[in-house]
Amino acid sequence: MGLTSIDWIIMAVYFAFVLGIGFALKRYMKTSTDFFLAGRSIPAWVCGLAFISANLGAQEVIGMGASGAKYGIATSHFYWIGAIPAMVFVGIFMMPFYYGSRARSVPEYLRLRFDEKTRGLNAISFAIMTLFSSGISMYAMAKLIQVLHILDSPFRHLGIPQSWIFHTGIVVSALVVLSYIYLGGLTSAIYNEVLQFFLIVAGFAPLVWLGMKNVGGWSGLKARLDPSYMHSWIGMASPSTNRLGVEWFGLAMGLGFVLSFGYWCTDFLVVQRAMAADSMTSARRTPLIAAVPKMLLPFLVILPGLIAVALTSQMAAPLTAPQQGVAAQAAASGRNLIPAKLDPTTNQPVLDRLGKPQLDYDLAVPNLLLHYFPTGLLGLGLTALLASFMSGMAGNVTAFNTVWTHDIYEPYIRPNASDAHYLMIGRLATVFGVALSIVTAYLATHFNNIMDMLQLVFAFVNAPLFATFLLGMFWKRATGHGAFTGLLSGTAAAAIHHALTIPEGSLVGVKGGWLAVLHAYPSEMAQNFWTAIFAWVTCFVITILVSLTTKRPEESRLVGLVYSLTPRPAQDQLSWYQKPAFLGGAVLAATVLLNVIFR
Amino acid sequence: MRLDIRLAIGALFTLLAILLCVFGVLSNPSIYAQSLGFNVNLWWGMVLLVFGMSMLFLGVRAIFVCTPAQKAALKDEKSRQ
Repeated sequence: MGLTSIDWIIMAVYFAFVLGIGFALKRYMKTSTDFFLAGRSIPAWVCGLAFISANLGAQEVIGMGASGAKYGIATSHFYWIGAIPAMVFVGIFMMPFYYGSRARSVPEYLRLRFDEKTRGLNAISFAIMTLFSSGISMYAMAKLIQVLHILDSPFRHLGIPQSWIFHTGIVVSALVVLSYIYLGGLTSAIYNEVLQFFLIVAGFAPLVWLGMKNVGGWSGLKARLDPSYMHSWIGMASPSTNRLGVEWFGLAMGLGFVLSFGYWCTDFLVVQRAMAADSMTSARRTPLIAAVPKMLLPFLVILPGLIAVALTSQMAAPLTAPQQGVAAQAAASGRNLIPAKLDPTTNQPVLDRLGKPQLDYDLAVPNLLLHYFPTGLLGLGLTALLASFMSGMAGNVTAFNTVWTHDIYEPYIRPNASDAHYLMIGRLATVFGVALSIVTAYLATHFNNIMDMLQLVFAFVNAPLFATFLLGMFWKRATGHGAFTGLLSGTAAAAIHHALTIPEGSLVGVKGGWLAVLHAYPSEMAQNFWTAIFAWVTCFVITILVSLTTKRPEESRLVGLVYSLTPRPAQDQLSWYQKPAFLGGAVLAATVLLNVIFR
Repeated sequence: MRLDIRLAIGALFTLLAILLCVFGVLSNPSIYAQSLGFNVNLWWGMVLLVFGMSMLFLGVRAIFVCTPAQKAALKDEKSRQ
């Protein structure tokens, strides 16, 4: 690990720009709309890049590379099935209600459309979730700095103990994110997300280029890897013939419909980026513009994982013996791109049930950076990684301060205060949000199981959400009582389904089966997808049943909130190629084409 | 917004690109063994320089070139004089 002054200069320049943007925007933050919604003044392409960037945090850059190393090309399902259709849907059909209703947040839309309790439920669960996600992002970043030994030599130089590297990572990233959001609010977060998007491209494109060159291009990759790595659809008929361990129906419904629409269409973290757009047309175009780079991201984030596997062994782990093939044995020797996983407390390799070391796929991408990049470009690559961690965190913090101020503080703690007061509360919420994220990050270091359980609970809460929004926007008969009971029973259904099933070969507990084991899924992913499907269907059915037995909502109250009662947004001044429907169609056609090429 | 993001992106990337290019020229060629023999600092720096300069150009042009609405207003003013 040889970082030299040029690497440090590059990182310093980036950090100076990040903070500089915050300071430059400070004087424009006069009202709460400026702070929470960027004054609704951002052009569509900037919103669009921020829309995907907010999600391009730790889990994406590191995680998708890791999944690429583990599952191969099939990881692209998380993009082509698991994101693009939902992004097109939110742009064409849902944005008119989010933007047109002038709601300032997703929970606020729920109050306008349904009632106070539905909003409260959504706001509180969302606020808690964002804090934990931001804390986990911070934890992952500090951990990575420690594992890659980035700060080892400067710390030795300054005589500071090495154990402080983790704390420094957490505190410094927290302070940077805190200052630029405190100063510039959502605008600052969005601008930095756009900056980070270009940095990721600038840092990863040469990595993919060098890696592909080294393995001998696409045909070289094909020759070095087992065919199961190289297909996204072939083998999807049965869970046993593909690396994901999922069958096509569970994939299409669970990931492609429930989880993906639930995230991209209802998660305020991303929707907020479109709400900041300067016009209805821009807001509708935001997710459609975002879909274009999103479609191409697999080449940037998944390919490095594949390259790492290809370089690790001549013929990597065939399908029948995942994690036990040549790759695992090679990893045991400890000189590889994908090292064995180490237990954080004992520093010994973690062994699986067969006594073979488990692989730490999360290190595939960072190790590849160290492998190919000379000093100079290495600084740029590491800066891109750090930037992605920070903007993932910043996205959560801006979503948190808005939901806290507009949906928790304003209605329940202090209504009818002045705009300046809410602006001040938003800034304070930023400070507290970051402070609580730090607490979460330290919780993650001490209680790994607690984090697993929390993420499980979040999955239960999120799974049914899209059913509520779908009925709310397209069925005027849906009522507040229906939505509230639907959401609660959907969450309960997810928990019960999880309690009664288990992935094959797992121990009863966090992985499921804690009530009884009625069914075993071929993989954890299959179990997750089916949990989501059960939650969604339950929420959908219960919302309809309860709505039909409760009082019909007044139609006059629903204008602008429900599809059948809202005039279509005017788009006469747009030429045919500028219309959202055309853009959406083009994006979908390109996605289908990619799926066919990489089937 | 009065701060055009293109100016910030352009300035950052131009600066980073110049740093990479200069370092690429001055650095010892032996460090490029790990990047398959390519002087990636110089080459990638040049690509980023083109990107940074284009962003700067777009941002600066937006300051000096009027939007259609501003043009119409100017025309209106002239015809009145």
